[in-house]
Amino acid sequence: MNELLNLQGFGPLLAQGAWMTIKLAFLALVLSLTLGLVAAGAKLSSHKLLRIPATLYTTLIRSVPDLVLILLIFYSLQLWLNDLTEMLGWNYFEIDPFTAGVITLGFIYGAYFTENFRGAMLSVPVGQLEAATAYGLSRWQRFRLVMFPQLMRFALPGLGNNWLVLLKSTALVSIIGLADLVKAAQNAGKTTNDPLYFLILAGLVYLLITTLSNRIFKRLERRYNVGIKGVAR
Amino acid sequence: MIELIQQYGLAYLWTDGSGFSGVAMTLWLFIVSVILGFVLSIPLAIARVSEHFWLRWPVEVYTYLFRGTPLYIQLLICYTGLYSLQVVQDTALLNQFFRDALNCTLLAFVLNTCAYTVEIFAGAIRNIPHGEIEAARAYGLHGWRMNLFVVIPAALRRALPAYSNEMILMLHATSLAFTATIADILKVARDANAETFLTFQAFGIAALLYMLLSFALVGLFRLAERRWMRFLVPTRG
Repeated sequence: MNELLNLQGFGPLLAQGAWMTIKLAFLALVLSLTLGLVAAGAKLSSHKLLRIPATLYTTLIRSVPDLVLILLIFYSLQLWLNDLTEMLGWNYFEIDPFTAGVITLGFIYGAYFTENFRGAMLSVPVGQLEAATAYGLSRWQRFRLVMFPQLMRFALPGLGNNWLVLLKSTALVSIIGLADLVKAAQNAGKTTNDPLYFLILAGLVYLLITTLSNRIFKRLERRYNVGIKGVAR
Repeated sequence: MIELIQQYGLAYLWTDGSGFSGVAMTLWLFIVSVILGFVLSIPLAIARVSEHFWLRWPVEVYTYLFRGTPLYIQLLICYTGLYSLQVVQDTALLNQFFRDALNCTLLAFVLNTCAYTVEIFAGAIRNIPHGEIEAARAYGLHGWRMNLFVVIPAALRRALPAYSNEMILMLHATSLAFTATIADILKVARDANAETFLTFQAFGIAALLYMLLSFALVGLFRLAERRWMRFLVPTRG
């Protein structure tokens, strides 16, 4: 049993990699959800100055492959930072790949979540918001108590899909040198001369996470659909 | 910037001197994987909705496995994993196939896009209004004839919006090919970046090219939807 968990001595390395993947995916998710909600609000705003940049953001980001954006942003981020620190006379500092990875993935998937939330916001009946205003709720209360719970019901299926896409695209960060699950599997495969075994293992870990996520999203959907007739339970 | 275009413009679009590269290679990867994926996905989608457990179940496992893992891992398995097997190296035909990076890449892409497409088409088949099937039965169609003349055309038309989404994702996914040393748009951009250190410009050109291809694809699918989904547009008056 011990031998099995040890995975030819690469157990700890793979576990570290898996933990890195989960951390990265989760932080990027938090960032992109926040960005998505804000940008969706901006896209539906009546002010041109908010609407145009948000529209540009979603259109441009979604028409370019995530891998291209990852390389573009990751390599340019450091260069821009260098220019900035030089201009301000600060000390040179290197952005670590993990932070860059979170920012990059969060920024990219923020665009996908924006479209997701925008559609959901449009599905909430206007009367609900008018009623909230009539009851004297403030803007924030209106969003938190009336808009958000109803928006989630429409947004959840898309959110689940986007989360899975985001999770799977974390595999790409190994290309920019982050020690994630894929990188660990590749290293272990190279050392032991048995790449197939470790790659399949990494695939199974992803499969486990996606399967668990599906379960959680099913449960969330049931929760946010409480009181709605005609939805499969 | 001008020098970059002068030096790498041709490589970005057509050829790097030793073969196709850039847009030409990306389009080749895209078209081959999409066509093969499409052809394979139709029988698999029909099996996916079959009443027979032994037809349905293997397809279900296949799509579950390929949709639940990253394409990058699938590519690595095809490109480095399988070739490490003794059986593959010893069998002349397999050895020849897996030694070529392009074959491995295409294999991974086809298997991946096919898995997603099967689920899209299977969903469309399930959503065909029951009346259309009943009408087909009433006209005396059964078995493969009904599938060929009624079920597949009806499902493909209804699947167009979801299928066009998958096409665009597949176009974007081809950018992974550079990890297997295929000279697609992104590989040219990386080479240009390594040579000139014009990072933003080198990758920016690649991003722009992908963007143009995506917009072209969206436009094509809009035309296709106008043609083949017209019967679903509500008529007025």
